[in-house]
Amino acid sequence: MVSPQAALVLVTLALVPAAQAETREFTLANGLRLIVKEDHRAPTVVQQVWYRAGSMDEAPGATGVAHVLEHMMFKGTRRVGPEEFSRLVAQAGGRDNAFTSTDFTVYHEQVHRDRLPFVMRLEADRMANLSIRPEEFAKEIKVVMEERRLSTEDQPRALLDETLLAAAFSAHPYKWPTIGWMADLENMTWKDAQAWYRDWYAPNNATIVVVGDVDPGQVVAWAKRYYGPLARKAIPARKPQSEPEQRGMRRVVLKAPAELPYVRFAYKAPALRDTGKDWEPFAIAVLVKILGGYDAARLNQILVRERRIATSAGAEYELISRGPGVVFLNAAAAQGHTAAEIESALREIVAQIAAQGVTAEELQRAKVQLLAQLAYRRDSFFAQAMELGELASTGLSIRDADRIPEQFKEISAEQVRSAAAKYLVDDLLSVAVLDPQPLSRGATARSGAH
Amino acid sequence: MGSALRASLALLLFASALPADARVQIEHWMTQTGVRVYFVETHALPLVDVSVEFAAGGAHDPRERAGLGRLTLDLLRGGSARYSEADIDRRIADAGAQLRDSFDLDRAGFALRTLSSEAERRSAVDTLADILQAPRFPAEIFEREKARAIAGAAEAETQPDHVAEKRLYELMYPTHPYGVTATPATLATITREDVERHYRDHYGSGGAAVAIVGDLSIDAAKALAEQLTARLAQGAAVALPAPQPPAPGKIVRVGHPSTQSHVLLGEAALARDDPDFFPLVVGNYVLGGGGFVSRLMIEVRSKHGLAYSVYSYFYPYAQLGPFQVGLQTRRDQANEALKRVQDVIGEFVARGPTEAELKAAKKSLVGGFPLRIDTNRKLLEQLAVIGFYKLPLDWLETYPARVQAVTLDQVRVAFARRVAPEKLAVVIVGASD
Repeated sequence: MVSPQAALVLVTLALVPAAQAETREFTLANGLRLIVKEDHRAPTVVQQVWYRAGSMDEAPGATGVAHVLEHMMFKGTRRVGPEEFSRLVAQAGGRDNAFTSTDFTVYHEQVHRDRLPFVMRLEADRMANLSIRPEEFAKEIKVVMEERRLSTEDQPRALLDETLLAAAFSAHPYKWPTIGWMADLENMTWKDAQAWYRDWYAPNNATIVVVGDVDPGQVVAWAKRYYGPLARKAIPARKPQSEPEQRGMRRVVLKAPAELPYVRFAYKAPALRDTGKDWEPFAIAVLVKILGGYDAARLNQILVRERRIATSAGAEYELISRGPGVVFLNAAAAQGHTAAEIESALREIVAQIAAQGVTAEELQRAKVQLLAQLAYRRDSFFAQAMELGELASTGLSIRDADRIPEQFKEISAEQVRSAAAKYLVDDLLSVAVLDPQPLSRGATARSGAH
Repeated sequence: MGSALRASLALLLFASALPADARVQIEHWMTQTGVRVYFVETHALPLVDVSVEFAAGGAHDPRERAGLGRLTLDLLRGGSARYSEADIDRRIADAGAQLRDSFDLDRAGFALRTLSSEAERRSAVDTLADILQAPRFPAEIFEREKARAIAGAAEAETQPDHVAEKRLYELMYPTHPYGVTATPATLATITREDVERHYRDHYGSGGAAVAIVGDLSIDAAKALAEQLTARLAQGAAVALPAPQPPAPGKIVRVGHPSTQSHVLLGEAALARDDPDFFPLVVGNYVLGGGGFVSRLMIEVRSKHGLAYSVYSYFYPYAQLGPFQVGLQTRRDQANEALKRVQDVIGEFVARGPTEAELKAAKKSLVGGFPLRIDTNRKLLEQLAVIGFYKLPLDWLETYPARVQAVTLDQVRVAFARRVAPEKLAVVIVGASD
């Protein structure tokens, strides 16, 4: 039997320190940031291009435009035809895709190391030369609306999450969904996408992250060749749009076709801003692990296993984000139990931690899990690039990748208790309840020959 | 300007030879109880990944007790001879380890990721060994998990994607166990004795395979494999019957209040040890497997904006696994989208890919091969498949060459033989009336 303390020490000693020793950072004359991490375990490499522009940079009425532009980035430049980008990457034996979040838009390619200059050249081309053709936009906006139907409209729990954020935030742009409101998508034009591209797609608003079997000097030379000639642009001023202090609980109900009542909580909380000084975000991350980090963690143990009023329960928190932090709790009611029971049980579990704290065993276990998860990222070039890109694009330092594990180790049980008492309180809480509705249209099957 | 860039892009593409550095040294042996073990030693990271899989997937469920296999796998974590349910979870968490289950129609098992340091590895592996070989299936945990499974199945029956897949499998496999999906009714019939019997019958050494990747010596890997399997019951795996040849395809429409129709097409088509494996995989890349550049994607998404996701794939199982095609579209467009998909499939099966398409598919699959094995976890998944399905040890090494050897004729013949458009079953959930 190994003690949690011993495991913690070993995890830390074995993997975490100096993990970033081989990481280097450069800035080109046009403001483009380049981060290169050597890892020679496999003959492959990942390139990620991080634009510091996500749905939080949008304006009401044009929500979803960051994500729509991400789609248009595959529709060709002055030199490369529609869909040709992905065809060329595939021909090079590579995989490519992209994603948009509240905070960033990220494009990525995974290729054999020999193909890196090729995909750098392709990304540099669409950083400056995108062609937004009205006829391509007209088709692609329909694709995005289908994506919204698939990921949100017909997914009651996703719809509930959207409803919850719209209630929890009144001023900050985290109140609208990254995929955009359907009405905004319906009224979007190719000119909205073009304006977005013109405003935010520039070398001085981008960070290139390269992780894999590369020589950093060579990567810098390629970056200078391909990205170096691109012109710096004036980036629009970013208004803070700070969220006013919440003073009292908020509550929303969503009716949708489903079987089980489902409850989702959002507590306003801080996100990491200064890795050397902040302790609250680390304490909150530990708290969230203690609540939901493994199957015998408090929420699942109490709600699902002991009281059996829920069929599932969980907790989430992002330590790193450009905007405010949020602690989410969720649980689905077991048959014969109500959303109200779930809600009061969740608040009771949280209040108990605020009053009585957590055990030394729980604290150590949460830290071991957090540190092990950070360490396991080293198995994947992609995961390592994600970590570096997120730090750099949020305004933190890539050196924080080494400091964050150290900060986790310092967190005390009292800090966890006091973070719970300060932030997981009713006045900062928004509650969303899914009120399940029967499938109203007749769900009967008809069949026939072709 | 445009053609200059294109010309130089082409030069870059041909600048280097095909990657030849994708070799993997696999060690293979049998444990005392006859379990096949596959091991790749790599010390680049202080990690060990290990998977243990049994011939205990969903196809081994009795039809009237569908869901028994999934429930049995879940209940292995519910308590063992030495550890309570909470002990199991805490020991895994305390070691910083991750224990994930895996379940499909053929296979059921676990994948453990742990640090390679002695104390952590021993604690995590001890726990997994007890879960696999000495489960207790406590009655109160059985009742709790059964209720959860029933609630989960009832929730799933409200979701259009689940309903569509369930109906498609019923149509593709009308009499075969691959066609059976758990429902609240089938789960309700399951008793604790069924679970114990299912474990006894399907978690023996006969159909089991262990895969190990990571930072340990071959001696340590041998000891680890013994520890995970020495107490397993011995006996042959239960074999699955072959599916009947597909009947003419039916089209089934199911009402649902969703904003989109979920459209699926499918047919039993490809087994793991199948001579048509490579022609079908390469051909499907052109048809609907090649991400943004497949024929289905170009026709349905890029040209007509009808769907976000449209795909085709072969999922090879021990017996004929499905060829499946799917998309989701606004409900009033379902018929149009279906027609376009059927036309693309019909044209492809009739004429096959073009020379240029075949070449492009091979370049992508061969050039992309190193990406399939560039993490310990991906390598573990490949080893697990090789082990479970008894594929040859040079499977990974010869994969690029076998892709490269596929000819146009082979693709045409294989598709004509395996994908009969008139025999594809069709399901539309959320159909407009």
